Amino acid sequence: MNKAETMKFVEETVIQKIEMPSFKAGDTITVHYKIKEGNKERIQTFQGVVLQRAGKGLNTTFTVRKISGNIGVERIFPCTSPFINKIDVNKRGVVRRARIYYLRGLQGKKARIKEERI
Amino acid sequence: MSGLIGKKIGMTSIYDANGRNIPCTVIEAGPCYVTQVRLNEKDGYEAIQLAFDEKKDKHTTKAERGHFAKSGITPKRVVAEFSRFEQDHQKGFGDVLKVDIFTEGEYIDVVGISKGKGFQGVVKRHHFAGVGEASHGQHNRLRAPGSVGASSWPSRVMKGMRMAGRMGGDKVKVINLQVLKIILEKNLILVKGAVPGHNGSYVKIERWK
Repeated sequence: MNKAETMKFVEETVIQKIEMPSFKAGDTITVHYKIKEGNKERIQTFQGVVLQRAGKGLNTTFTVRKISGNIGVERIFPCTSPFINKIDVNKRGVVRRARIYYLRGLQGKKARIKEERI
Repeated sequence: MSGLIGKKIGMTSIYDANGRNIPCTVIEAGPCYVTQVRLNEKDGYEAIQLAFDEKKDKHTTKAERGHFAKSGITPKRVVAEFSRFEQDHQKGFGDVLKVDIFTEGEYIDVVGISKGKGFQGVVKRHHFAGVGEASHGQHNRLRAPGSVGASSWPSRVMKGMRMAGRMGGDKVKVINLQVLKIILEKNLILVKGAVPGHNGSYVKIERWK
C-alpha cells in the first residue's frame, strides 16, 4: 500500500462521514448545526447562498452567505464537521462559475440568482 | 523505553469527542524485527536492534544479507538500536514488535530528520527580528543580522555566533505527542501534532517510562 492509499484508508476508517445532499455554488441551502451553550446543546439554522465548495478529501468546506439585517454574513462549514446536523437544499441556482464571489459586490435585486427549472 | 521504527505517511485531522478538529500525523510503524540483542557483558551496553521496511535482495550487500539471515528474516531497509528496552517488550532474536506495544491515549516521543531548508538567513534560521522599519532612511538591511561582536577586544567573532547557513536536515526529537489511534491490522499509528521530516521519511517512535 503506498502513501496515498494509506492516507485514504485512514481517512475513511477514522473519520465518520456525514450524509450530505449534493449542492454547488449558487444553491440556497439551510444548514442545521449544533451549538453548545454550557452543557445544553441546541440546533441553529443558517440559510443562505453557497458561494463555493473548497478543498478536497477531508478538508472540504463550503461557504454560505446570507444577508442579515442589511449586512452580508458568510460562514464556512467543514463538510466533515460533527456539528452539522442536517443540510436542506432549498433552491437550485443557475450560475456559470464554481465560485460566485461576484455576489459579494451585488445588492438587492441584482443579487438574485436564477433558479434552475426542472 | 520501548519503541518502533516507522515511516511518516502524512498528516490529516480528526475530530475528538468534543468536536474539536485535531491535526494528526499518520505513521506506519512496524512490524519491526529484532536483529540483534546487545548485552552488557558482551557489548558494554544494553540495547536491542530493530529492523523495518522490506527491501529487495539485489539492493542488499552480502554483509547485510548475512546479518538478516542470522535472525531468519528478509533484508530490511532501516536498522536502529533502542537502548534500555522495557522488560515487558524485551524480545529475543528474530521476534516481531508491532504497534500494539503502544496504547491509545499515552504519550510518546518521535525522532526524525527534519526537512532540509537549504542556506537560510538569520531571521528564518535563528528567529532574529530583523529591522522593524522599512522606511525612515532604512535601506536594504531589513533581514541583516546586525553586529556580530565588539571592537578591539576580542578582535574576532566569538565561536558559536549565530549566523546564516544550512538549515534543516537535523535530527529532531519531538516529545510528548499523544497517541490518538492505533490501527493494528495496517500497522498504523495516529499521533497528535506534527512529526519531523518529509512524508515517507523514517522516524523512531519511543516511549519512556
